[in-house]
Amino acid sequence: MMEALQLPFLQRALLAGLLVGGLASYLGVMVVQRRLSFLGDGLAHAAFAGVALGLLLHEEPLWVAIPFAVGVSLAITWVRERSNLGDDTAIGIFFAVSVALGVLFMSMRQGFAPDAVAYLFGSILTVTQTDLWVMGFIALGVALLAPVWSHWAYATFDRELALADRQPVLLYDYLLAGLIALVVVVSVKVVGIVLIAAFIVIPAATARLLSRTFSAMTVISVAIGVFSVVPGLAAAYLFDVPAGSAIVLVQALLFALALTLRR
Amino acid sequence: MTAPAVEMHAYSVSFGEFQALQEVNLSVPQGAFVAIVGPNGAGKSTLLKALLGLERGLLRDGPTQVSGTVRVMGLPPRQVPPGWVGYVPQVKGFDRSFPALALEVVVSGLRRRWPFIITAQERKKAEAMLDKVGALALANRRLGRLSGGELQRVYLARSLIREPRLLLLDEPATGVDVVGEADLYRHLEAYQAERGATVLMITHDWEAAQHHASAVLVLNRRVVGYGPPEQVLCHECLSQAFGHVGHGHNLVLGGRA
Ligand SMILES: Nc1ncnc2c1ncn2[C@@H]1O[C@H](COP(=O)(O)OP(=O)(O)OP(=O)(O)O)[C@@H](O)[C@H]1O
Ligand SMILES: [Mg+2]
Repeated sequence: MMEALQLPFLQRALLAGLLVGGLASYLGVMVVQRRLSFLGDGLAHAAFAGVALGLLLHEEPLWVAIPFAVGVSLAITWVRERSNLGDDTAIGIFFAVSVALGVLFMSMRQGFAPDAVAYLFGSILTVTQTDLWVMGFIALGVALLAPVWSHWAYATFDRELALADRQPVLLYDYLLAGLIALVVVVSVKVVGIVLIAAFIVIPAATARLLSRTFSAMTVISVAIGVFSVVPGLAAAYLFDVPAGSAIVLVQALLFALALTLRR
Repeated sequence: MTAPAVEMHAYSVSFGEFQALQEVNLSVPQGAFVAIVGPNGAGKSTLLKALLGLERGLLRDGPTQVSGTVRVMGLPPRQVPPGWVGYVPQVKGFDRSFPALALEVVVSGLRRRWPFIITAQERKKAEAMLDKVGALALANRRLGRLSGGELQRVYLARSLIREPRLLLLDEPATGVDVVGEADLYRHLEAYQAERGATVLMITHDWEAAQHHASAVLVLNRRVVGYGPPEQVLCHECLSQAFGHVGHGHNLVLGGRA
């Protein structure tokens, strides 16, 4: 096990897992408390469409998926702000369009696309140096934006009070939507498109069960998001199972524990 | 010459086809205690939101048209420093699933952001304020575990902690027991005596309003009556207001169908 950590691709996998685990579980707190759990799914499929387009154009999928998913996320937010449709409806529409486009792009390619399967289910061992740089930049950005936590939290608690105190609630909503989309795209290689929503939601939901305050919920969520990666990856290495599944199952186990242990 | 705390000239708000406020003219001097009464859907909450600059902010349901002018302390609502205004929203807006302690809610009124860590000084101040409204015992209770009346006290403390010049209270007595309601008026009157603040309070309790308010505003989309309680709430004016109230309300319902 220890000598495995000497392998560069495993080092990259571990670092990617820790970065993405921390980011997803941090933003997940807002997602869960704002009842936007479905957003993770919607954006994962937008990322799928972006990846498919990238593969079709023979471009690096990341560079196509990022603008695509961020655009979809901002559009979802725009529709939510501007209509009385439920959040789930707004997200559902973009979800469907994304899947339709993704499937269309895939079908336009010649022959079978084995690399597409890697994106669907994740392949943490194929994380590249570029992927790590992008994750690192996003993590740095989110860290620099730490003061925004108290603005997001305020509007999550009560949007009307935040607006009455002249907070630029809308601006922060778009910022949150954009960051969630970025995190979803860089999570694709780690956990795969089908598991990203769980990866965002489960640590925060677990933390919610164990916390009396929103700050405690945030800290516990990030702790779970980061530390579940280690046993998850170890299990993936030892038993040769997909890392994304292993990590999400570790998180689900913690959730079950929290549910039974909470006061 | 100090500007009136609140001034409205021919102020109207429409949600799509539906006019919630119609040509409202109103002037509230600083230091007044105005009780706002009127039937459900009369536009009472809409009026308070206009004073907060929120008349469009929360809208997701079609276009809103606003006309006329509003001034708060002589300023357009969006230019009023938020620290000047304390607001207690109507109960239905609360999200009880948010993990928070009563104390944090009060501190958020002071910081105007959500606190990650509460400083010792903030804690002291918030506890003193909770004590004032008879809710010190609730300080470390979870928001989701408070009763309706307890919640109202916490929100009152939250609005008072920033020491506002203008208090806007949307049915703060809802869910509060009889003792609690007497307490509420006592706190508000004490705070006014201390600070010379202006209070606008929506209530459905005409009787209590009559005893405590310096003026009553009877609202039913337009101003039905405004003046000292004994004038506005006299038998005749009341029946007139109720007449309008009932009639207007039917029109409202018909107009929206
Ligand atoms: N955002 C909105 N979009 C559409 N209509 C609205 C909106 N807000 C309020 N209204 C309508 O405006 C009218 C006045 O609403 P308001 O909340 O001001 O009434 P109210 O006097 O506070 O009533 P209550 O006593 O029930 O609290 C209602 O008929 C309501 O349906
Ligand atoms: Mg109301």
